[in-house]
Amino acid sequence: MIALFTSVLAITLRAGTSLIYATVGEIYTERSGILNLGLEGVMLMGAVLSFATAYYTGSAWLGVLVALLVGALLAAIHAFLTVTMRANQVVSGLSITLFGSGLASFLGQRLGPESNGYYLVGKVGPRFTPYVVPFLSDIPVVGALFKQDILTYLLYILIPLAWFYLYKTRNGLNLRAVGENPQTADAMGIDVIRVRYLYTILGGMLVSLGGAHLSLAYTPGWSENITGGRGWIVIALVIFAMWNPARAVLGAILFGGINAVQFRLQAAGTNIPSAFLNMLPYLATIGILIVMTWWETLSKRIGAPAALGTAYMREEK
Amino acid sequence: MQFIFEKRQSVSRQAIILVPIISFLVSLLLGAILLAVSGANPLLTYAAMGKGAFGSWRNISETLVKAIPLMLTGLGVSIAFRMRFWNIGAEGQLTLGGVAAAWAALSLADVLPAWMLLPTVILFGMLAGALWAGVPAALKVLMGVDETLTTLMLNYVAILFSKHLYYGPWRDPEGFGFPGTAPFPEAAWLPRLGHTRAHWGLLFAVVLAIVLWLVLNRTRWGFELRIIGENKRAARYLGINIARNVILALAVSGALSGLAGACEVAGISRRLQQGLSIGYGYTAIIVAWMAQLNPLAVLLVAILMGGLLVGGDQVQMMMGLPAAVGLVLQGMILFPMLAGSLFTEYRLRIIRPEKTPPALVTTEEA
Repeated sequence: MIALFTSVLAITLRAGTSLIYATVGEIYTERSGILNLGLEGVMLMGAVLSFATAYYTGSAWLGVLVALLVGALLAAIHAFLTVTMRANQVVSGLSITLFGSGLASFLGQRLGPESNGYYLVGKVGPRFTPYVVPFLSDIPVVGALFKQDILTYLLYILIPLAWFYLYKTRNGLNLRAVGENPQTADAMGIDVIRVRYLYTILGGMLVSLGGAHLSLAYTPGWSENITGGRGWIVIALVIFAMWNPARAVLGAILFGGINAVQFRLQAAGTNIPSAFLNMLPYLATIGILIVMTWWETLSKRIGAPAALGTAYMREEK
Repeated sequence: MQFIFEKRQSVSRQAIILVPIISFLVSLLLGAILLAVSGANPLLTYAAMGKGAFGSWRNISETLVKAIPLMLTGLGVSIAFRMRFWNIGAEGQLTLGGVAAAWAALSLADVLPAWMLLPTVILFGMLAGALWAGVPAALKVLMGVDETLTTLMLNYVAILFSKHLYYGPWRDPEGFGFPGTAPFPEAAWLPRLGHTRAHWGLLFAVVLAIVLWLVLNRTRWGFELRIIGENKRAARYLGINIARNVILALAVSGALSGLAGACEVAGISRRLQQGLSIGYGYTAIIVAWMAQLNPLAVLLVAILMGGLLVGGDQVQMMMGLPAAVGLVLQGMILFPMLAGSLFTEYRLRIIRPEKTPPALVTTEEA
């Protein structure tokens, strides 16, 4: 039984890695007051270009590098439109998603080798395979943490770091101030524009890395719609995590767990339709939103950035 | 010297027309660069796309097939956006509209006289869409729950629910394992135009766009909606019931998307099956924004967007280029426009320091 639980946990963590990267990224973006609905497009672009790079150069790490660059570039477009040009954040984000998913699909049919009709689909490239840590991986339950690929191992450093930076450093305090009340932050001498650019771009890089984990490790290779809507799930997970990078793990594991449990239930022949299990994260997110708004004081403690979604503009003095 | 953006009193009329056109041209230009880099001839590709989308009556009718759901959802999104209610749930409202329409078509066929079936099917689709938009609207105005996120989440609930139905309890037992419901009885089919696949949904869209334009621009209710969107405080001061208006407007918004779903199942597939939700609800947001929330302009932009989709399919068939060309162009079309909105809504003013001592300027700068 414990062995089974450990193996389910290991699979869940593997499935959740891309979600965790993207969730932490979007948390940082939203903490600066910018809502980026472009995640699905960014993840797809990260997935296709990291795989193509790894395929041609033979280096999965170069793929990661390209994913970071692409994520930064797409997020920079969003930052330029919403911060500098003060365009509507919802519309700009959706444009990034539509553009990114269209372009990823286009590139997936153009970047492949000529022998394959320029298609990338079905090609095998370098990948990050799980590295089983001797002895540690034999520990019941906890052992699940030590049968992962390198990108998942990196999370063990990234998550505490992301939490520490946000809550325990001067820069983190400034970031939270900008998302909470840009006017006050400006008065305190924080460069609101710079902060918003910086964390929107940083967030985009992490989101794109989440996409790269899919095509380089979790489901190696490129296929149309490889993300399967993960970019949208992340929007829900950010709320689930209540804008706290440490809690991002719980949401991602819960979601990955629902998927894992679902296969077990189907295998066991139970009658709960999987559609309803899959709906749970979305319904739970709506529930959280309702409770959060209902109890405003709670929402402040939970830490929804108060200025999320609003453009900042210095008033004429 | 200092640059300051001032909010314009009224958006300039020239900018309203010019900005979308320039945006489209810029996106074509960017697309041409992408095509050239990937080894295709941009001019030939665009020519083939244009021909594929509008080259013959048959092609035009296929473009309309894609444009009809974009028109209806685009109209729906526009109403919500006018009130600054960010309804991004058109996809879910469309899907649930299709589900409700399918239920009516399959379950009420034996109960209702044949002539009543189609109107009932359409009504059910609209009601389901209205409900699916009304819930987040009520949550927003009564409790202040953020509508962007609730409408987005409800998309997935609706899509998963529809999948569950046509893979599960509603699956056609005689469908050879194909996921989809049984075909609708003929009385529930939405008539098509001539020998094309374009259907009466086009007439609905055109009539509704005109009605909406009149309501928004010529009636008291349209005036109230505009005030709510422009200035909530002024609306309250004028005694406008914001809660009731927002819920009503969102019900109309959802009903339009629900109608789009009902038309898709009753006019095209004539059953509920995979492929009902293929992103029309998201493209609708581009349509609405590019049309600057003007119902009549929505019709034109929807045809353009439908043309990009059909044109993309055509270059795939004729030139072996990915059909996603159309999607890329669609996705890029708003970038120049979003960047340009700063210039339609704001005016750039340059303030020159006139003979002021430099010391004073630097203190003012802070």
